[in-house]
Amino acid sequence: MIPSRVNLINVLVPVKRAIDYAVKIRIAKDGKGVDTTVKHSMNPFDEIAVEEAIRLKERTKAVTSIIALSIGPAKSVETLRTALAMGADSAVHIVTPEAPSPSSNPEPVNVAAAIKAVIDRSKAAGADKAIDLVIMGKQAIDDDSGSTGGMLAGMLGWGQGTFASKLDVDKASGKVEVTREIDGGLSRIESKLPIVVTTDLRLSEPRYASLPNIMKAKKKKIESLKPEDLGIDLSPRMSVLSVSEPPKRVGGGKVENVDELVQKLKEGGIV
Amino acid sequence: MQRTSLALARRAIRSTRTTPAPILSTRHSTQIRFASALPPRSSAFAQLTESNITDLRALLSAPTSLMSTLDGSASEDDLRPFNDDWMNKYHGKGQVVVKPKTVEEVSKVMKYCWDKGIAVVPQGGNTGLVGGSTPIHDELILNLSNLNSIRSFDTVSGTLTVDAGAILETVDNELASHGHIFPLDLGAKGSCQIGGNVATNAGGLRLLRYGSLHGSVLGLEVVLPDGTIWDGLGGGLRKDNTGFDMKQLFIGSEGTIGIITGITILTPKRPSAMNVAVFSLPSYEAVQKVYTETKSHLGEILSAFEFFDKQAYDLVRRHQKEGGEADRKVFETEGEFYVLVETGGSKQEHDEEKLQGLLENLMENDLILDGVLAQDTTQYHSLWKLRELIPESAGKSGSVYKYDLSVPVPKMYSLVEKMRARLSESGLFKEEGGGRIREIVGYGHIGDGNLHINICADKYDAEIEKVIEPYVYEIVAAERGSISAEHGLGVMKAPYIGYSKDQTSIDLMRRVKQMFDPKGILNPYKFIL
Ligand SMILES: Cc1cc2nc3c(=O)[nH]c(=O)nc-3n(C[C@H](O)[C@H](O)[C@H](O)COP(=O)(O)OP(=O)(O)OC[C@H]3O[C@@H](n4cnc5c(N)ncnc54)[C@H](O)[C@@H]3O)c2cc1C
Repeated sequence: MIPSRVNLINVLVPVKRAIDYAVKIRIAKDGKGVDTTVKHSMNPFDEIAVEEAIRLKERTKAVTSIIALSIGPAKSVETLRTALAMGADSAVHIVTPEAPSPSSNPEPVNVAAAIKAVIDRSKAAGADKAIDLVIMGKQAIDDDSGSTGGMLAGMLGWGQGTFASKLDVDKASGKVEVTREIDGGLSRIESKLPIVVTTDLRLSEPRYASLPNIMKAKKKKIESLKPEDLGIDLSPRMSVLSVSEPPKRVGGGKVENVDELVQKLKEGGIV
Repeated sequence: MQRTSLALARRAIRSTRTTPAPILSTRHSTQIRFASALPPRSSAFAQLTESNITDLRALLSAPTSLMSTLDGSASEDDLRPFNDDWMNKYHGKGQVVVKPKTVEEVSKVMKYCWDKGIAVVPQGGNTGLVGGSTPIHDELILNLSNLNSIRSFDTVSGTLTVDAGAILETVDNELASHGHIFPLDLGAKGSCQIGGNVATNAGGLRLLRYGSLHGSVLGLEVVLPDGTIWDGLGGGLRKDNTGFDMKQLFIGSEGTIGIITGITILTPKRPSAMNVAVFSLPSYEAVQKVYTETKSHLGEILSAFEFFDKQAYDLVRRHQKEGGEADRKVFETEGEFYVLVETGGSKQEHDEEKLQGLLENLMENDLILDGVLAQDTTQYHSLWKLRELIPESAGKSGSVYKYDLSVPVPKMYSLVEKMRARLSESGLFKEEGGGRIREIVGYGHIGDGNLHINICADKYDAEIEKVIEPYVYEIVAAERGSISAEHGLGVMKAPYIGYSKDQTSIDLMRRVKQMFDPKGILNPYKFIL
């Protein structure tokens, strides 16, 4: 029996190599970016996206393939390997020149265009290769733009479920239900495939990459493309003027007893 | 005169010991008493009165530096955190806590106690595991937590001088900002103090890499029992062969011969590339093989090699789940044993290549069942938690009898098996659950031949203790091991020193104690009896 269209979901998960979440950020010497000579890892929201794609595959059996995509310098390959080790099936790398700081990373609109180009290419490769679901981080923790997912959905003319804390795909009908985290509550939306879903923290807890999978991931081929191969241009439209730290907190003092506390409060004009 | 009072105190303590050690009597001259029956108070020490409190207050710059039930400045409840030990096993009856802010204040307080014959227990973060940091009776608690500044750091040599009361984690964070690392790390880092670490000669998780404090401590400042301040900080010299190396005596002295107030220590460069992997393994034999392979593949970048058994792993996972932590999948295939390997180097690519070689070897030779490798710093910390949370998780599941033993690596795990067998035979432990003993878990620092056995019971009592002790020490002595690899003697193991040390060593130690503290006022009833 030939499986019906909805039985063959191909999921695309864009992943970004970003400064490790636990690293203390320091401003770069030129004041236009941050110091990038520090540990990098997969953007945490993207890690959640990879996890959710794998869980969706395990849970619904409706996913045929999970494709990880990274747009970034040579070292983004490490991030793709992590996605493969977690359980992605294949990986595509759009190589960009080494960026001196996160602010000189490709702009969200260009990233969205690049993702769209990969999706268009998948459609051209045949119905069984077409990507119909994108699960991606709601934002990257380095430049905090948070706009790529929305722009991508707009460019593709797809539905979007942003800030997802729960995702359900009905295999038979191709219906997608997304629970979204909104201010002070939850909102549930329903849509048909294709759709762009962006992840919130509570969507899933990423698994560790297991050694057997890390080994297998080492051997998997990562498709490497130049922007020109996809007919896209990643040149920036904006330039960063400056990056600055929040004002330093002035340290408090300790008081010995209540009397001293009251006196200090009076001095400060608080009581 | 001074001699007599120490002798008096000691006799009082010794008189409580009852049954003679049942085995190997020539080596183990020390006699047995059960920890649940603590030595009685020695009449050699003064009873504190309100007037002592008034005098002591006058020595301190801040009124909050003294809390006492004798003058109503504190309630018994207020003093409980200082009287109860970390395991909630030992409960002192101290009536006063003094927290000096300067070395001079420590000195004045000690001189006063010396003159008046007041017994004193030095206290750091109170995370010690042998009942050494809390009073047995009404000893004055001299707590170092207010003496907590970082005095200096030399970025060129990495030499750090700190007050004894500085907290390990705080100091390490400060060092991190200079690209250095404290050469000691342990699960209690958020509470324990550098002074306490030195006083217990703590070993911890990175001894394998950085060696013991006997090597890294360059100098100490100590207030002697009579209040004399000994400035042994020196110039932070690495080499100095002018006479006896006095500081060594204080490292591991557990607060019995002086109050450590300042420490100069050599801190290494912080590795810029850290990796951690955890493996599941089928047997203890596999643990040993993996250890050998790991050493030959990783060489100088290996910074920790820790093992824990299935029981310990399950306990931590349950504890995490009960704490409401998200259930993050770790292994596809779980094992009978787990091993955590950490590397620390200066070049990520180089370390990864080495680690990769090791992993391939372990997998190809079927030495491990499964394994995970941290992909980012968050995962690095959560994998470490699997090991670091064992003591805490054990504590949550009952009253814990803790043993910290040193035996040759091939024999290590057999001790856990022997304890399981003995406690099962006695009917206290049932494999399927429901016994008075709830858990028996084994874990430790393979690299140092150091095994921890935690036995979680429904409560501490003499019945259980009699089944465990001195049996556990006998099986260690039979392997010529140490009954205390890193936690020290405190009150818990003081009676059993004979299982690891001969009479001549014990006599020498008594003479050292006598020389520094002829009145016996510092941390009495403990350590060397
Ligand atoms: C979760 C956990 C994990 C641990 N892991 C390890 C480990 O891996 N390796 C290891 O070796 N230990 C370990 N320990 C025990 C270890 O001995 C202590 O954590 C630590 O070294 C003690 O420091 P502290 O400041 O809490 O000292 P305390 O507990 O306050 O005191 C310990 C002893 O030192 C004396 N003392 C304290 N400060 C001074 C001072 N300034 N001058 C003179 N004497 C002093 C006290 O009188 C007492 O005898 C662990 C403990 C816990 C709770």
